[in-house]
Amino acid sequence: MTEKAIALTVNGELRRASVMPRMTLVDLLRDMLGLTGTHIGCEHGVCGACSILLDGVAVRSCLIFAVQADGHSVTTVEGLGGGDGRIGDLQDAFWECHAMQCGYCTPGMLIAGHALLEENPEPTTEEIREAISGNLCRCTGYTQIVEAIALCAARRNGEDGR
Amino acid sequence: MKAAEFDYIRADSVAAACEALAAAGPGEERKIVAGGQTLVPLMAMRLARPSLLVDIDGIPGLAGIDSVDGVVAIGAMTRQRAAELSPAVRSELPLLAKALRFVGHPQTRNRGTVGGSLVHGDPAAEIPLVAVALDAALEAESTGGRRVCPADGFFETPMVTAVAPDECLVEARFPVWNAGRIGTGFREVASRQGDFAIVAAAAQVALDGDGTCTRVAAALGGVAPRPVRIAALEDALTGTRLEDRAIDAALASVEAVIEPDDDLHATAAYRGRVAKVLLGRAIREARDEALA
Amino acid sequence: MSDRGANYRYVSRKRRAREDRRFIAGKGRFAADIAVPGMKHVALVASPHPRARIRSIDASRALESPGVHSVLTGDELSAETAPLFNGLDIPNVKWFPLAVGMTRYAGEWVAAVVADSRYLAEDAAELVEVDYKPLPAAVEIESLLDSDSPPVHPEHGSNVLVRKNFEWGPVEEDFARSEHTLAYRARWGRSSTVPIETFGVLSRWDPIREILDVWASIQMPNYQEQIANALGIPTNAIRVYNDVDVGGSYGVKRGIKHTVITAYLARKLGMPVRLIEDRLDNMSGGDAHGPDRLFDVTLAFDGDGTIRSMKLRAIDDVGAYPGRGPLQLGKPITALVGPYRLSSVAYEAISVTSNKTGQVPVRGFGQSPTNFMIETGVDLVARRLGIDRMELRRRNLIESHEFPWRIPTGTEYDSGDYRAVLDKTLDLADYDSLVARRDAARAAGKLAGIGIATCLEPGGGNNIFEQLLNEKLEITTFVESCLMRVDMHGNVTAVMSTTTSGQGHETLIATIAGEELERDPDSIRVTHADSLEALPTRSPVASRMAIVLGSATSEAARKIRSKMIKIAAHNLGVGEDRVEYQTGTFFVRGEPARKLEWNEIAGIAHRQFHRLPPGTDPCLQEFSVLQVPGASGQLPNEKKEIQLYPCFSFQAHIPYVEIDPGTGKVEVLDYAIGHDCGTVINPDIVRGMIVGGLAHGIGAALYEKFAYDEDGQFLAGSFVDYLLPSSHEIPMVKDVEHCTPSPKTSLGQKGSGEGGYLGAPAAIASAVNDALAPLDISLAELPMRLCDIEAAIHEKRTERTE
Repeated sequence: MTEKAIALTVNGELRRASVMPRMTLVDLLRDMLGLTGTHIGCEHGVCGACSILLDGVAVRSCLIFAVQADGHSVTTVEGLGGGDGRIGDLQDAFWECHAMQCGYCTPGMLIAGHALLEENPEPTTEEIREAISGNLCRCTGYTQIVEAIALCAARRNGEDGR
Repeated sequence: MKAAEFDYIRADSVAAACEALAAAGPGEERKIVAGGQTLVPLMAMRLARPSLLVDIDGIPGLAGIDSVDGVVAIGAMTRQRAAELSPAVRSELPLLAKALRFVGHPQTRNRGTVGGSLVHGDPAAEIPLVAVALDAALEAESTGGRRVCPADGFFETPMVTAVAPDECLVEARFPVWNAGRIGTGFREVASRQGDFAIVAAAAQVALDGDGTCTRVAAALGGVAPRPVRIAALEDALTGTRLEDRAIDAALASVEAVIEPDDDLHATAAYRGRVAKVLLGRAIREARDEALA
Repeated sequence: MSDRGANYRYVSRKRRAREDRRFIAGKGRFAADIAVPGMKHVALVASPHPRARIRSIDASRALESPGVHSVLTGDELSAETAPLFNGLDIPNVKWFPLAVGMTRYAGEWVAAVVADSRYLAEDAAELVEVDYKPLPAAVEIESLLDSDSPPVHPEHGSNVLVRKNFEWGPVEEDFARSEHTLAYRARWGRSSTVPIETFGVLSRWDPIREILDVWASIQMPNYQEQIANALGIPTNAIRVYNDVDVGGSYGVKRGIKHTVITAYLARKLGMPVRLIEDRLDNMSGGDAHGPDRLFDVTLAFDGDGTIRSMKLRAIDDVGAYPGRGPLQLGKPITALVGPYRLSSVAYEAISVTSNKTGQVPVRGFGQSPTNFMIETGVDLVARRLGIDRMELRRRNLIESHEFPWRIPTGTEYDSGDYRAVLDKTLDLADYDSLVARRDAARAAGKLAGIGIATCLEPGGGNNIFEQLLNEKLEITTFVESCLMRVDMHGNVTAVMSTTTSGQGHETLIATIAGEELERDPDSIRVTHADSLEALPTRSPVASRMAIVLGSATSEAARKIRSKMIKIAAHNLGVGEDRVEYQTGTFFVRGEPARKLEWNEIAGIAHRQFHRLPPGTDPCLQEFSVLQVPGASGQLPNEKKEIQLYPCFSFQAHIPYVEIDPGTGKVEVLDYAIGHDCGTVINPDIVRGMIVGGLAHGIGAALYEKFAYDEDGQFLAGSFVDYLLPSSHEIPMVKDVEHCTPSPKTSLGQKGSGEGGYLGAPAAIASAVNDALAPLDISLAELPMRLCDIEAAIHEKRTERTE
């Protein structure tokens, strides 16, 4: 087996790497590109901790080999705020609502919430619960996460939200 | 949980993919990867260990949904989420649209494909169940050309389908029912929503002007090594007005068809009883929808 | 209790948790995020057999595999290290990180492979050839009491590890004078906390400085002491970095065996070695399962519902390697009769070993199964007597004027107003409407039920309960500490000495320090000292950080404040009693113009010795090392009575469920919880832990089980088989607070980290049973899986038809 040269856009930046075909995208991001914000929880596609945006669509990066992402565009939690330590409005809403405890599932939840709001700017509570149902959180019981996503939506829609 | 080593090529055409598959040496396993939502976990657990992965993502024309002449044709590489949101599927294959909402979670549907689910052949999976219920035609290609398999017979045993190791599924064609008032029902039970079904039931009915059932399709997943049609029930209900009594009576024929097993999540006896409950509900849902 | 009453500036106010900022930015620093140059990776070889003799291990092919540095087996490791800690007095039960001679459960680690990457290590692990002779396994819980069950540890002589009988209060008299008795059995299934982050550890040995650096996803008391014992090196040669973010724990992040493997290998190979469990390692071989418990109970009560006494036998299956797990039979003694006025209790505690994965402490340390056992009994008494479940509880709950209340086991409950919390929760649930909703659902042919659980969360810790199960463990302290500094610019830094796994300790300390010092909490830096620089700590277990660390923070801050007042008085030329402090300014009472600012005092303290009162040490640095508040510090008396935990939070749970009678599927549609953990430090953090614990409890009640087949084969090793509840399974929870301050803590705070988990399993079971009551079904085995519920319904309907 030989390594393959790949090039992909990560958080707006073109990144190149040479990878064994079996390396997962999440391992590429974490171990070769230093983006440790994306986490590993199960490596079999259930927990959602490794969620990222691939060409703008939320997917699990443990179920994609890095070679499959060649030529594609990836956004990780580090790219949600626009860089330089800035945070986006959804991240701010998560902070405001304390939509986390240990912080381990948080990047995946942010990706799921981000994808939902891109597609549906005014989600109902049920739609939010559906959108994050593939992301397991063991700390919060989800209530504050749902509230945070709803708060972000409300703020974007010009409502005070709380 | 890291996959064993393999080689990888990205095919730019179905023909190229088939050539790659056909070049497999004796005892060598080569696999197509589409969305990878089932294959990659199996590889991570080293339960699957192909020597070559042939990536069909990006082959022109392999993803997409067309509705022509009473048939909705879904390209094998079509993402489940795209099918779920497709106006053609929603209007002409409402049963599939309902079923797709039960497939995994939004994120796995974003990546998982219709063809991948069919070829994987999980006996409890929703898309194979609908394919069987609606008599879909499944077209596969190899270096020897194309062939069409009816859904009946396509699913053999758990995780084994009629697609040969050197074939690539290219399209699933679902006939659209046009005659009469159509209703659909899809029900399943899983421990958690989004899990593989313990039992799933699909039904589609056509009623004529006075409410008589002219056609009914009924199928069950999770209760046999493959999704099964309940032909005797369909025969019994055709020509009735789908009264509750008639449905309940017809459900007795389920028992002869199913071969449920025990597993971690439910007993065989549970599956047997729940199969009837859910199929009854699916048929009633379909009837009520047709009458509405 | 604070003399300032409840008018807090920062405490109990809505404030953002300071830890959250790094997590939302993807800048947490978890064990798997830490990489050091030259780091190697471990993969494990696991036993496929529940019980087998290991005839031989051949690693030759693995050693030839690319990138491989070493293959470690149990024979080598056990020759070079001491056995791991057992809580019980069982010297012939030897626990080593890798199996020695015999494997005792499916998934047990047999060998560890070190390679350049985890990929290569897994490749080589497949090539390690182990010759096993499979043996029959000890599996079913009651059979483990039999002398002829297959011996898990043959040298120990039996599968019973400990069997203790306790009797507190006049049990036989209470039974004799009660009008009724009721016997029942309750079964708590094997589940655990299963954090989304698995356990991970990185060890690096520096042979020149003779220091072992350890970065780990750990939440455990005495971690470095256990490493030192195993490796035979001094505790002060181990540096554990407590600033590693821990991705959830709730008790189970105790990877001592993982740490010993990596530390041994790091020293042997001269390379940093990392072991990050993958999910399969974690579920089957990580020794992180929880209680697996069978209760046989008899209650004695009168016709009016007064429950007088309880006789209880608990058998706990701790799996193959007991560790601290069995002590989870001891902690519940602290609240063995729940929030009720029982005057006596008899308790037989039995710990058994089996060919299953080992047990570790799980959130509540045995209290949640115990609460489920108690609440199941209370509901059964209500059903037997035809008394409303709420009313029965009201008749038995300790009343607010009765505190402090001493229960038969010798523990005094500090404070509470249980009826008030229950009433608030009923209001929150809109109980009358809920009953109407249930009844309407029933009328429509559904199965619908309302659950109730009123239970306690003991907080604060106190290891002396261990002595009740193992006389050799005479540990009568359970300390926590805070160090606080004000630098010469007046900036405040507080130092904590352990890890955090989501509890928000930095926010806790900053909020309390800010309150005590009247400084903006956001201006206060909080750091985690490493274990060589740390003050004494016993880690954030036992819902104890608000209680002990919080009180230590108050005390350290109060010492700082006193010293600053002293310096101010000296410089203002007045007595200390005339100096007032307000929000950064020290002034003479009644003469606000005679003042010194905070920063001026800090400057004087650090640089102007000539302006310090005579005999005053320079600088501003104070610490507090606290024993558990209110602990006697003594051993139990001859009647085995002892004050255990200091603080008792209370919860009332009211869920509403509907069950599909055709499929047995339970849907939790509504959930109201009222809780009283005294003074709340940060409302969002407390709410999160309450609701999150509750979700965890719904999992234990309905979904989660580490299932084994009858031969001992493990069936639930992945997230496809072990079912954690998702957002679909957890309703939007409504919660209400009540505050009965604790007299034992600095601001009246109690514990809340074990949260809703301590009552939710009981409450969900209660709701399911209420739904099944019209069919005269009562279930008392968790988890209540849909197929079991459907089977019970089917059986009852078949009976009725026949």
